[in-house]
Amino acid sequence: MAQAAVISQQPGSGPDAQSAAVALEGVKITFDLPDGGTYQAVDATDLAVRGDEFVAIVGPTGCGKSTLLNAAAGLLKPASGTVAIFGEPLSGLNRQAGYLFQQDSLMPWKTALENVAIGLEVAGVSGKEARDRAREWLGKVGLGAFGDRYPHMLSGGQRKRVGLAQVLIRDPKIIFMDEPFGPLDAQTRLIMGDLLLGLWSADRKAVMFVTHDLEEAISLADRVVIMSAGPSARIIGDYPIAIPRPRDISEIKLDPRFLAAHREIWHALKEEVLKGYRQSNGGA
Amino acid sequence: MKRAKLLLLQVLVAVVVIVIWHLISATTLFGDPKTMRFFFSTPIDVGGRIVQWVIGGTVWYHLGITLLEAALAFVIGSVGGILIGFWFARRPMVNAVFDPYVKAANALPRVVLAPIFALWLGLGIWSKVALGVTLVFFIVFFNVYQGVKEVSPSVLANARMLGMNERQLLRHVYLPSALSWMFSSLHTSVGFAMVGAVVGEYLGSSAGLGYLIQQAEGVFDVTGVFAGMFVLTACVLVIDWLVTKVENRLLVWRPQPAMASN
Repeated sequence: MAQAAVISQQPGSGPDAQSAAVALEGVKITFDLPDGGTYQAVDATDLAVRGDEFVAIVGPTGCGKSTLLNAAAGLLKPASGTVAIFGEPLSGLNRQAGYLFQQDSLMPWKTALENVAIGLEVAGVSGKEARDRAREWLGKVGLGAFGDRYPHMLSGGQRKRVGLAQVLIRDPKIIFMDEPFGPLDAQTRLIMGDLLLGLWSADRKAVMFVTHDLEEAISLADRVVIMSAGPSARIIGDYPIAIPRPRDISEIKLDPRFLAAHREIWHALKEEVLKGYRQSNGGA
Repeated sequence: MKRAKLLLLQVLVAVVVIVIWHLISATTLFGDPKTMRFFFSTPIDVGGRIVQWVIGGTVWYHLGITLLEAALAFVIGSVGGILIGFWFARRPMVNAVFDPYVKAANALPRVVLAPIFALWLGLGIWSKVALGVTLVFFIVFFNVYQGVKEVSPSVLANARMLGMNERQLLRHVYLPSALSWMFSSLHTSVGFAMVGAVVGEYLGSSAGLGYLIQQAEGVFDVTGVFAGMFVLTACVLVIDWLVTKVENRLLVWRPQPAMASN
């Protein structure tokens, strides 16, 4: 009831499909269930992200945010609708994009340095140059001295830093992030957010950042997109965040503009969160 | 300090066992020493026989043959297990078709194959190598298959997003994962290579530790049987120690909870 009033006009805040780095049009995603039926995760969804825009996607857990990201990355094929990357329809994997996953996805048998360098090596950069540049990137994420560590010797936050360097060293035009800081503690998340914004501001790319944490979304993003609870999740709100950059993430929560945005978006999100919660506990 | 104490206790166990053994064979405490000596020999005789073998050089020749057989069985079985394991893991159709046969072959006690191999390959080293291969192959095969199947989906998706093609995925993701599973079963597969060699020799051969033991048994030379067993045990312990060294080197990237306390 309440959320209907606050759905904002999407065409006004988003770019048009032609100029967008990522443009999803009518994307519907279904999964085949083992019993022969199908589960519709995401209902016809339109979303466009500009080439230098940081968009956060927020929604209750299990609402299909990651699914939407995977469709944009080419990791799964939508049942209908189109995904266009810089105006070109996407077929196969999205080669212009980097993806920072929620789960640990470093290769455990490679050192931090090897993990960062591998993206360049498989693209044909010579071993030495790849290593030099990987060392440089490890420095940028504050792990200059940890190059010879294996992932299990690093803390969760350090592994995320390596993952960030691994993605960014390839200089992708689009960056997908699926609750990248989800498993980290609150302080580390702030520090990682700061690091991410610092690196992103220096060289702006299109970012699609999935999170369930509204505060994180508002403090990082140019736009916050709200998804409804699944199944058949869809976008129910699209809010530009007018807080100027550079932002200080640890201080931003006291900014009145942050509080206003938070109040407005939370109002829309709350219903969905409760709905999602009821559904996931449906039988009980 | 703790280490020294542990070592001392471990040695003490051996000393107690040998002393009891000696008492059995030299005193009337457990029965007639003559009978006892026939069944159990004596520690001094067994030690003397081992020294005689080592100095005389006979044991080195037989040990060499056994190790050669075990090494060949290990290498051939491993290579076969890796190749077939990869093939099955990457081709679910092949796996589905062959699955019952693989299970059947693995369930078969391999010892019964020894006479067949002796018939096919003669009494030389190759019949023993073949027996070892049938043992090693399945261990490596199942581990490699599992290793390829159990690659974390997020590591795989990440590797794909980093731009790897199929060949690069094989080299940087599937192979290391499969090898890590294979290495973690190294103790078992090396052990089974030895088992294959010795059992094969025991059932029919003209050289090797199994042959030595079988010959001694044939003339009720219990001293020779025990001496052969001890040489075999010592040899397996050394190999096991080497495997541990190799494993620690190859799996350095693995989390080792025990390392923290060392």
